Amino acid sequence: MQRFINDPDFVVDDTVRGFVKAHGDLVKLGDNPRVVAYALAPIRGKVGVVTGGGSGHEPAFIGYVGRNMLDAVAVGEIFSSPTAKSFHDAMKLADGGRGVVCLYGNYAGDNMNVKMAVKLAAKDGLEVATVVANDDVCSAPPDQREKRRGVAGEILMWKCGAAKAALGGSLHDVRAVAQRAIDNCRSIGVGLGPCTLPAVGHPNFAIEPGKMEVGIGHHGEPGVRVELLKTAAEVGRDMARAVLDDHGLAAGTEVAVLISGLGATPTNELYILNDAVDAEVRARGLRIARTYVGNFFTSLEMVGATLTIMALDAELKELLAVDVACPAPL
Amino acid sequence: MEGFSNGDSGDVVLAIAQRIVENRGYLSDIDGLIGDGDHGVNMAKGFSLAAERLRGEARPLAASLAASLATLGDVLMTEIGGSMGPLYGVMFSGFAAALDGVEEIDAPAFERMLRSGLDEVQSIGGAKVGDKTLIDAFAPALQAFAAATAKHERFAAALDALIVAAEKGRDSTTNLVAKIGRASRLGERSRGVLDPGATSCAIILRAFAEGAKAKLGMSSSSTLSEAQP
Repeated sequence: MQRFINDPDFVVDDTVRGFVKAHGDLVKLGDNPRVVAYALAPIRGKVGVVTGGGSGHEPAFIGYVGRNMLDAVAVGEIFSSPTAKSFHDAMKLADGGRGVVCLYGNYAGDNMNVKMAVKLAAKDGLEVATVVANDDVCSAPPDQREKRRGVAGEILMWKCGAAKAALGGSLHDVRAVAQRAIDNCRSIGVGLGPCTLPAVGHPNFAIEPGKMEVGIGHHGEPGVRVELLKTAAEVGRDMARAVLDDHGLAAGTEVAVLISGLGATPTNELYILNDAVDAEVRARGLRIARTYVGNFFTSLEMVGATLTIMALDAELKELLAVDVACPAPL
Repeated sequence: MEGFSNGDSGDVVLAIAQRIVENRGYLSDIDGLIGDGDHGVNMAKGFSLAAERLRGEARPLAASLAASLATLGDVLMTEIGGSMGPLYGVMFSGFAAALDGVEEIDAPAFERMLRSGLDEVQSIGGAKVGDKTLIDAFAPALQAFAAATAKHERFAAALDALIVAAEKGRDSTTNLVAKIGRASRLGERSRGVLDPGATSCAIILRAFAEGAKAKLGMSSSSTLSEAQP
C-alpha cells in the first residue's frame, strides 16, 4: 500500500512532531520527545492524569491531552508500550503536588513499564495510583476479566478520571472514579481488513473476502471467530448483543455508546452501525444518555469498528458532560 | 579453573547485538503469526542503539563484559518499551550486576550471571516454564549449563550444552499454548507456532555462548603460548 512516511523507523517521531505543530495551543512536547503534555501542565493543586500506549491508534492516546483531560501521555513505538522512562517522565510532567493517576490498558508491556515507572516515581516521592482498563469482552471469559485487553473504553475512563481531577477530586477519588468508569465499560471489535506496520511492510494478518473477524484486538490480535460478513444491521446488532450479554444491565439503566472506526472504515459506515446498535440497546430497555461516533481509537489502517457501552450512574454522567478542550474529538 | 577476562570481553555484547539485528525480519515474521509482528523491529532497534552507544564509548573493544551488558540493559529498559524492553532490560542488567567486580569469568561465575538474569526476568514477567515465553529457552539453558558444570565438564562443553538446551527449549514452544503475554488471548490458536521471545532468547544465548567460547579459546591458547619457553 502507498503511505505518507519518510523512514519507517522514524514514523513515531515524525508523527509526534507534526502533532505538536498542529496543536501547539493545547499541547507541548516534554524534554523527553516521547512525552506529550497539556500546554499548561502541571496544574498546581490538581491530581495529575496520565496514560500511555503504543502509537498507531491516533487520535488516541496523544489526542486526549488537553484542558480537563489528560495532563501527559507517554508515547510508544507503533503498537508497542512506551518505555518505563517515558511513563515516568509523563508522571513527573503531570505532577501538580497531589499525586498522579496513570490510567492505561491491560497489555503485558504496559503493565511492566508502568510498574517500573511507578517504582521510579516513588523514589522521587511522587505517589502514583494506577487503573488498568480491561473492557474487551472477547479477549477473555467473564470470570477472567483481569486478563481482558483494554480498548476504546479507555477513552471514557480518561474522560471521567480527568474530569474528576479537574473538579478537585483527591488521588483516591480520581482513581476510584476511573476504576468505576472502566468497570462499567464493555467493548467488542470487528475486523474486516488488516493493517501493516510501516517497519514490517506487510499486513499483520489476513481476512478472506466476504469474511469478518469477531472480537479482533486493537493490534490485529485474532478474534474469537471468523464469520461470513453480514449486513451492517446484523453486525451492529450482534456487537451490541455480545457487549450487553456480558454486561447484564438492568432495564432502565442509562448508558453511553461509543463507536470507533479502526482507521480505514468510512465514518458513514460507523453511523450505519450505530443505527443498529441504538435499536438493540433500546430494545433491551436501556436508555442512551450519550452517543459518540467517530475515529477515536484506531489501529493504523485496519478496516473495522469497535463498540463500547458504558453503564452510567449520576456521577459518571456528570463527569462525561464536563467541558474539555483536546485535539481529539470527544 | 578455566575462564576468560571480564575486562576486555565487551565485544561479546556487540556480537549478540549483531545477531539480533540480522534476525530482524525473521523475528518479526514469527511474531506476526501470534503477535503484532513488531518483535524483530523493536529488538533490532534496541540492540543496534546499544551497539552504537558501545561503539561510541572511548575504547569500545576494551570495555568490560559487565559494563557492556549494563549498557545494553540500560538502553533496552529506557529506550525500547514494549514488553521486550523491560524483560530483556532487566535480564542484561541482572547479568551485569552478577559480573560486577569479577575479574576472571569462570563457569561458576557464568552460572551465577545466568541465574541472576533469569531471576530478574521472572520477578518482573512472572512467567514459568511451559507458558510459551522466553523462559522456555532460558530456564532449560541455565539448567543444562549447571548440570554440565556439576559433572565437571569443561566450560566450553557446558556452553555447548547451554546452546543445545536453549534451542530445544525454543522448539518446545511450538506445541505450547501461550499462558501469558499478548498471545495468551489466542488460547489454542497460539499452538503450532514458535514463541518469538523464546526464539530471540535462543539467538541471544547462542551468540553469548559462542562469544564466551571464542574468548576461552583465546585465553587458553595465550596460556599455552605463555607456558612455552
